[in-house]
Amino acid sequence: MTSASLRHAVASEAAVSEPPRSVFGWLFPVAVLAVIGIYIRAIYFTPIEALQGAAQKIYYVHVPSAVGAYLAVGVTALASIIYLWLRDERADRLAEASAEVGLVFLTMVLITGPLWAHRIWGAWWAWWDLRLTLTLFLWFVVAGYLVMRGGLDEPAVRARYSAVLAVLAALLIPFIHMSVYFALPRMHPMPIVFKPSEPSLPGEMLTTFLLSMGAFALLCIALIQARYRLAVLRELAEHDEEGTR
Amino acid sequence: MNELRPPGTLGAALLVARKDLAIEFRTRTAFLSALVFAVLALCIFYFAWDGSIVSPTELAPGVLWVVLAFSALLGLQRSFGIEEHDRGIDALLVSPVSRESIYVGKAIGNFVFLCAIQVVTMPALALFYNVRGGRPLLLVAGIVLLAVLGIVAVGTLFSAMAVNTRMAELLLPMLSLPFFVPVLMSGAQAATRVLQGRPVAEVAPLLKLLVAFDIVFLFACTVAFPYTLDE
Repeated sequence: MTSASLRHAVASEAAVSEPPRSVFGWLFPVAVLAVIGIYIRAIYFTPIEALQGAAQKIYYVHVPSAVGAYLAVGVTALASIIYLWLRDERADRLAEASAEVGLVFLTMVLITGPLWAHRIWGAWWAWWDLRLTLTLFLWFVVAGYLVMRGGLDEPAVRARYSAVLAVLAALLIPFIHMSVYFALPRMHPMPIVFKPSEPSLPGEMLTTFLLSMGAFALLCIALIQARYRLAVLRELAEHDEEGTR
Repeated sequence: MNELRPPGTLGAALLVARKDLAIEFRTRTAFLSALVFAVLALCIFYFAWDGSIVSPTELAPGVLWVVLAFSALLGLQRSFGIEEHDRGIDALLVSPVSRESIYVGKAIGNFVFLCAIQVVTMPALALFYNVRGGRPLLLVAGIVLLAVLGIVAVGTLFSAMAVNTRMAELLLPMLSLPFFVPVLMSGAQAATRVLQGRPVAEVAPLLKLLVAFDIVFLFACTVAFPYTLDE
């Protein structure tokens, strides 16, 4: 196969008539601006919480990061199931892209959580915090997933193994959840916004909180898109290299 | 003519397990090294804590589970490692047995291997850490049996996957240990409470979790295993 026809094959696979010209599309600057806007609002135009003081502001990073992380990890699991079903390379690329983005967001959660806990609980780490422990193990699973991808050269084998691991990891999460639940005492701030009754957050804080969730979801999607495009461009470059050799 | 019929799924699995165990029985290298490792780790952990602050009896369950997890990794590494020499796995794949049988057979082999190690390790633990024998220790042996089943279910699959990567020795623990978390957490908590003389009813939810883990992952990994072989 010539380099040109390969380029065409990869491009048509990526469901675009032309391969992407750059890694970042228009969505990325929009998401970055949204995140900057949110922080200006959160820092200067949102009241300080009476009991927790300024430490509560980390809430506008911590919770949206967690939402972004679960979104990305969810996309990985879903794309992996689709890969095992349809054997479409695009699904594998999407799984890889969102796993990497998920790891970044999980890292954010794991950094901001202890920062808050140190100020409010007086301890950096609390194993009996169900969600913190769960997020940590999720981080290890995603890290293992990405390391395994790095250790496999054959694209088809890499895609199959990764998809199997992602599906098994999706089965694992409820078990870790339950084992922490049964084995240890629990503490985590209970949901304040997403609960059956009405949100018990003052209006301005609620607006900032919901906007920050939106901004982070946007950022998450923009990063997954960028990482996906990078994967397409990298494959094209590899094919081109093989063609010239 | 009867002997020429290919065996059923379980029959083939038992043949695969018998093959692995026969290799192990003749060489004994992996078994002896895993056993020495386990007993050595027991002895070393004794000195990792100040005996005048924490009593050895309280340490015992924790040490048991750490040693179990790491000696399991040694055994699991071997499981598909032995197929790499002269591409033994190819011979298994062309033989008239289903892929599921290969997985189940390998898992049975690993289960027997790990149980054999525990048969020596647990009395050694009771001896070195001053654990009273009798009913609580038998109950702990039962919990260990459930845990080993879960560890073998995921570990056998990951052994097959890790062996094909560039860094098998490193990747197997990295993939397996997060999956051992629910098993170790509930197993260790249950064992600690049983050894403290608490009633079994108190640890029932943890035991149910172990059984659920075993069932779900034995099934899921049997289904997933064919995907990890060359097609």
